[in-house]
Amino acid sequence: MTATIVLYFFILVAGITAVAMLFVRNVFHGALLLITILLAIAGIYVLALAEMIAVTQILVYAGGILVVIIFGIMLTTPIAGEPLRVGNGYVIPGALLGISIFVLMVYLISKESFSRSADIQPQGLRQFGIALMTDYALPFEIAGIILLISLVGAAVVASNAQSKKF
Amino acid sequence: MFPTSNLLYLGAVLFSIGITIVVVKRNMIIVLLGIELMLNASVLNLVAFNQRYGENIDGHMFGIFVIVIAVCEAAVGLAIIIQVYRYYQTSVPEDINELSESR
Repeated sequence: MTATIVLYFFILVAGITAVAMLFVRNVFHGALLLITILLAIAGIYVLALAEMIAVTQILVYAGGILVVIIFGIMLTTPIAGEPLRVGNGYVIPGALLGISIFVLMVYLISKESFSRSADIQPQGLRQFGIALMTDYALPFEIAGIILLISLVGAAVVASNAQSKKF
Repeated sequence: MFPTSNLLYLGAVLFSIGITIVVVKRNMIIVLLGIELMLNASVLNLVAFNQRYGENIDGHMFGIFVIVIAVCEAAVGLAIIIQVYRYYQTSVPEDINELSESR
């Protein structure tokens, strides 16, 4: 019973914060709202017995990506003067797109009844590591290579040095 | 025991808000935040559907890989945004119209 109340609390926090993100006019406020959503979703993962994803969410998203994004905000905002106001464009097509996708998904979800398995149990780190090294060894390696390539590429693209070659 | 559909509804809300932000907002970093929101909604759906199977761990595993790809996307996207800002001194996508005919 307590778990259900906490779950609905996290769902409400994530939903309300996401709606607030639609109306934000300051880039930095948008990043702070995204941190709130990510932490609420991490709480939902804990309640859904997916501890590994919850820890990864907090470490990678709230600790890594958001720091990089705030760094980017500081680098792309004029230092002097008032903060940048984010404008809106294509409001009616965007609202139509979002509402139609939302209505479609809600209709499809409400047609089916999804129930969770009765004998669900927490997946420990041990099972996770064994699965990563046996069944998912190839995706694991490919993910590592993609991560390496994209990080080297990001460093090259963002570097200040002007190469003579291209 | 809570039903799975609650999480699916939250995923639908997050995804539609994310795609609306990508279309509507006129700032490249906010567009990147919207993409992160959509990826989070997909991970939430993977975790929610994994609840239907007791011992299975496949959904969690796919969620981890989605998070890894999201990291790559954020790093490369921010690098491109910073380089574009350095060249054009703006982070508004509509101001970058050098190839456009009607300037």
